[in-house]
Amino acid sequence: MTPSRVLTGMVSLITALALAGAAVAGDLGTLVVNLTTGGFGDRETAINALAASGEPRAAPILEALGAGRLYVRPADKAVVIGKAQGNQLDLTDALTGKPAGTASEDALQRVRINNRLRGVIDDAVGSLTLLSPDPRMRRSAADSLFKQRSPSALPAVEHALAAEKDAGIKRAFAEARASIILASNDASKAQKLEAISVIRGRGDRDAMGFLQAAASSSDADIKAAATAAAGSLNQTLAVWEAAQNVWYGISLGSVLLLAAIGLAITFGTMGVINMAHGEMVMLGAYTTFVVQQVILAYAPGLFDASIVIALPLAFLVAGVIGVLIERSVIRFLYGRPLDTLLATWGLSLVLQQAVRTIFGPTNREVRAPSWMSGSFLVGQIDVTYGRLWIVVFALLVFAVLILVLRKTPLGLHMRAVTQNRPMAAAMGIRTPRVDALTFGLGSGIAGLAGVALSQIDNVSPNLGQGYIIDSFMVVVFGGVGNLFGTLLGATALGIANKFLEPYAGAVLGKILVLVFIILFIQRRPRGMFALKGRAVE
Amino acid sequence: MKLGSLLRTGLVAAGLLAGAAAGAFAQDKEPIKVGILHSLSGTMAISETTLKDVMLMLIDEQNKKGGLLGRKLEAVVVDPASNWPLFAEKARELLQKDKVAAVFGCWTSVSRKSVLPVFEELNGLLFYPVQYEGEESSRNVFYTGAAPNQQAIPAVDYLMQNEGVKRWVLAGTDYVYPRTTNKILEAYLKMKGVKAEDIMINYTPFGHSDWQSIVAEIKKFGSAGKKTAVVSTINGDANVPFYKELANQGIKAKDIPVVAFSVGEEELAGIDTKPLVGHLAAWNYFESVKTPLNEQFIKEWKAFTKNPKRVTNDPMEAHMIGFNMWVQAVKKAGSTDPDKVIDAIIGVSVPNLTGGYATMMPNHHITKPVLIGEIQGDGQFDVVWQTPGEVVGDEWSDYLPDSKNLISDWRKPMNCGNFNVATGKCGGKGL
Amino acid sequence: MITRFLWQGVDRKLRWFIALVLAAGIVPVLLNLFTPPGSALHVPAWALQLVGKYLCYAALALAVDLVWGYCGILTLGHAAFFALGGYCMGMYLMRQIGSRGVYGNPILPDFMVFLNYKELPWFWRGFDHFWFAAPMIVIVPSVLALALGWFAFRSRVTGVYLSIITQAMTFALMLAFFRNDTGLGGNNGMTDFKDILGFPVQADGTRAALYLASALMLALFLLIAGAIVGSRFGKALTAVRDAESRMRFLGYRVEGYKLFVFVLSAAMAGIAGALYVPQVGIINPSEFAPGNSIEAVLWVAVGGRGTLIGPVIGAVLVNWAKTYLTGALPEVWLFALGGLFIAVTLFLPRGVVGLWAQLKAGRERSRRVAPA
Repeated sequence: MTPSRVLTGMVSLITALALAGAAVAGDLGTLVVNLTTGGFGDRETAINALAASGEPRAAPILEALGAGRLYVRPADKAVVIGKAQGNQLDLTDALTGKPAGTASEDALQRVRINNRLRGVIDDAVGSLTLLSPDPRMRRSAADSLFKQRSPSALPAVEHALAAEKDAGIKRAFAEARASIILASNDASKAQKLEAISVIRGRGDRDAMGFLQAAASSSDADIKAAATAAAGSLNQTLAVWEAAQNVWYGISLGSVLLLAAIGLAITFGTMGVINMAHGEMVMLGAYTTFVVQQVILAYAPGLFDASIVIALPLAFLVAGVIGVLIERSVIRFLYGRPLDTLLATWGLSLVLQQAVRTIFGPTNREVRAPSWMSGSFLVGQIDVTYGRLWIVVFALLVFAVLILVLRKTPLGLHMRAVTQNRPMAAAMGIRTPRVDALTFGLGSGIAGLAGVALSQIDNVSPNLGQGYIIDSFMVVVFGGVGNLFGTLLGATALGIANKFLEPYAGAVLGKILVLVFIILFIQRRPRGMFALKGRAVE
Repeated sequence: MKLGSLLRTGLVAAGLLAGAAAGAFAQDKEPIKVGILHSLSGTMAISETTLKDVMLMLIDEQNKKGGLLGRKLEAVVVDPASNWPLFAEKARELLQKDKVAAVFGCWTSVSRKSVLPVFEELNGLLFYPVQYEGEESSRNVFYTGAAPNQQAIPAVDYLMQNEGVKRWVLAGTDYVYPRTTNKILEAYLKMKGVKAEDIMINYTPFGHSDWQSIVAEIKKFGSAGKKTAVVSTINGDANVPFYKELANQGIKAKDIPVVAFSVGEEELAGIDTKPLVGHLAAWNYFESVKTPLNEQFIKEWKAFTKNPKRVTNDPMEAHMIGFNMWVQAVKKAGSTDPDKVIDAIIGVSVPNLTGGYATMMPNHHITKPVLIGEIQGDGQFDVVWQTPGEVVGDEWSDYLPDSKNLISDWRKPMNCGNFNVATGKCGGKGL
Repeated sequence: MITRFLWQGVDRKLRWFIALVLAAGIVPVLLNLFTPPGSALHVPAWALQLVGKYLCYAALALAVDLVWGYCGILTLGHAAFFALGGYCMGMYLMRQIGSRGVYGNPILPDFMVFLNYKELPWFWRGFDHFWFAAPMIVIVPSVLALALGWFAFRSRVTGVYLSIITQAMTFALMLAFFRNDTGLGGNNGMTDFKDILGFPVQADGTRAALYLASALMLALFLLIAGAIVGSRFGKALTAVRDAESRMRFLGYRVEGYKLFVFVLSAAMAGIAGALYVPQVGIINPSEFAPGNSIEAVLWVAVGGRGTLIGPVIGAVLVNWAKTYLTGALPEVWLFALGGLFIAVTLFLPRGVVGLWAQLKAGRERSRRVAPA
């Protein structure tokens, strides 16, 4: 199957549509059965034939095929569309659209497609929906034609352009038209020059690609116009790229902040060199996994809320384990900070192996709820919802923590105990209880971080190990014992990393950041925000 | 105190178990020991633990069939803990202290390189089940995973022919397997007329978890108007965040397909694959292949692990093939003596799980079919293409200048792992 | 003259221990060479190799103890010096392979051949000679320690800040050595060594010699460390550990003391690493992993910080436990190891060697309590 044959298919169906859909005769039953037989090449022909048939059932059948929901029932060879309903599939007859009972997936044969067919189906569905009442479908049809650039689609696009009422989609059609004209051989020079300015107006990477291609035109005027447009677009894009790096840096910084903020309490304010901090993060991630499994098994409808439900639970699980650790091990080690390194290292080995024994050594699947998947454009920056929520979440956790420390009695006691233990005890503060709660708070926050990190990283027994060194770097770089230092430290390291990465590569970039930290500590031996006074010694 | 008593109880229990199992055989011959050298802790445990389990299952089944040469098989499991010097130490322990007849183990190239001198010195047998970069052939090692020509090159051919890919991103973790594979692929692509500016090569550190910039860069590279594909040699751990980022940034398989060589069913079990439908992987086995042997294997595996959700993957099949080949060779030789097994195993042919046969070639690599699979929403792969027959593993790549003249043949009289056909001498350049 | 000075510098307990280490070095070697294999007294070469590895770890632990136990500098990056020494040795051993590599290239190691290197990178020059590699084993780690220490001690970076920058250093080195473009073999590192000083590394005699060298090295390090610790200089070091500011006010140049010990300790770690590599047969960037440095600190803590015997016992004990447990209890050994670390911290704050003193103190206390 060559691309030109696909094009021929496209041409015929688009022209057919443009001429107000004169139906091509064809028995729907045969067309649909053809979809399910033969090799991938045969299926491609069948898809195009079905799309060109003008049958009203064509669009839903093709959509089902594209989504992998078209099945053959071996019993009666019926072609059916399945919709998941619990463990069973609700079936509808593909030809008639009427209900056709239920069946388990194992009992049916899925009609298989590959990537190439997925593209063909999308284009076919796209052109079937060029005049669809649904604006989103028209929009995606326009985008697909913009990239397709097949000259034969021009009449259909112009027809749709004239009929379009929505300004945004109208522009999309105009851009699609411009892109086709720029690529075609028949268009006049004036048309092409106008097309260049329309495409320049689109201002994204795709436009850049087309302009660069046009810049190698043989016509001097077109060449000059395209080169100029590409040049100016390039400058705009460079600015956007820098902005994008800042965003990526903030996003990486928020991850570092989340990972480090719990440590800023257990290590920063309590002085425990807490090597088991990463494992607390891991416990939070595994809690999220368990919550999702329970929800999927008993209340699938609540799935989108799973992350929110997991948050308090992760805080509790990690926090309670933190309190237990403090009561059983750490409390014997105050005044011997270096010994805490030894004990918590041992703890981290035990916790890792425990999780490996309980959940197995392999990665566990934590899914993204729908409100955390996908992305949107801000100018030319692709902002993914998942990352955006993590930034928001990190700041929220930070703000709440500051409030707890500054405005609650518990926070007051914590600060008192960490600043001067004997004095606090003399004032009647129950220091052992405060110690346990402080360690529990730090661990619980690490658990919260685990919920967020489960969205972007492996949920495996090794999860914590990947963050422990970075976390220590952030806390120390920011200044031990200063939460704002941790915030600024995380952001600065995140942004520095993301600006170095494109130039130096990911590996060298990271090395440079580490060297920078070493040099920075020489300049400011107590981090960005040094504690002052006697507590230092 | 407590630890001691715990240890003692464990030892007693182990002794009882071993005693009970030995009783069932009622033969007073010593069991044949089989070493299992896979990391059960540390960074590689994530991949290797499964292989330990599959070996235990295979040995268990062989014992149910009556053992080997009238003797029972006994697994000796050790944990090299993802620590490369420890791999060498444990290999020595298995061969010298436990006197195992064969070892099944290793995953990373560095672990294989670390144990290689030990196996050559002590004349042991190692079955290595993972796809690797090639450029090696040892008398004492049997490579049951894919060489680059059994995975990478067919995958690139598929994308070129079936999806019309013109522009290539070669993304990998910065270690020897991706480096070598990408060198080979680059040479191959250029031979096929791809221009240098249409190839982007990118390396990332181990366990890289922040893929935002690189995915954005791939997107940018892919917007030049030519069909673009990513060939990923990204190592295990870094894959999950990579795929999560791909899904989030909305890179669809029909726009920029990603073909991976180290992502199998096991790795996908940790990701929601719905946004990834259509991305590809090239392997020599997929769990979804429908053959009676495979269905039986999957059933046994789920029963053995008592977990209906456990998946099977390519290195597991490689271990199954390697184990069956070793059993055949021992039967043929009538002994577990390494020299006899090394002579007997060449030419041994056992069924693979995809409906064909795997044969041990004189270069200690095996024949394998190459399958291209597309990721499905349920974490499985749909086979969309496969080689018409089995492909022979090519240990010395034809696309690297220094290895194209080398061949390996461990049959007598050549008995050489790096024979130079140009100079007609054994030993690389034959200097 | 110098030996006498060293010998007189150390106390009696340590003298006995050094004699013990020497005996542990010589006796098994004799048993290996002069008893027939199969006799009850025969010590196989692989056992020598294994214990030789422990001895190298013990030397590393001793180096860590010298800076941590006696000078209060908690280093979380000492494995970097160990690995650098190892890499220098590895480069020498790689060059000794000559044309016996799989590609038969007389100049370039195998990993350079298939990555299309055309010539040897500049920093490989000279490593084909032992007389060049041997001083490098000491110089490379020392220079790094000098550079880091010079800046850090002068800027008065102390406590956890120093710990974290040493960790950052080893982490950065690990990433750098992982890069294939660095030209040191990337993740695979260097393996498959053939000869050392003209002797095949896999021969039993060479193994025995390497083992003996490790034992001698450890004895020598104990001697040097003992002499330093027992001297006036050593007293000043301990004082720096216990009250740095006070020492400064008394007019001591604290950074000089620290720098000297730090560099000496790095050189010791480098030598230990160099002897480690031919015995384990591989050097790879994971030796730089921050976890390795932390483990070295743990050996010291388990054995007994601030003593010279403790780190040696701790390193041998923990590594022997690792060898034994990974074979005997492969599925649960991490519980045992982790539990050991926790138990030692809680119940043996002065480590294994402190156990004796602890028991004695306990007995005296109970004796005192009993009559009352």
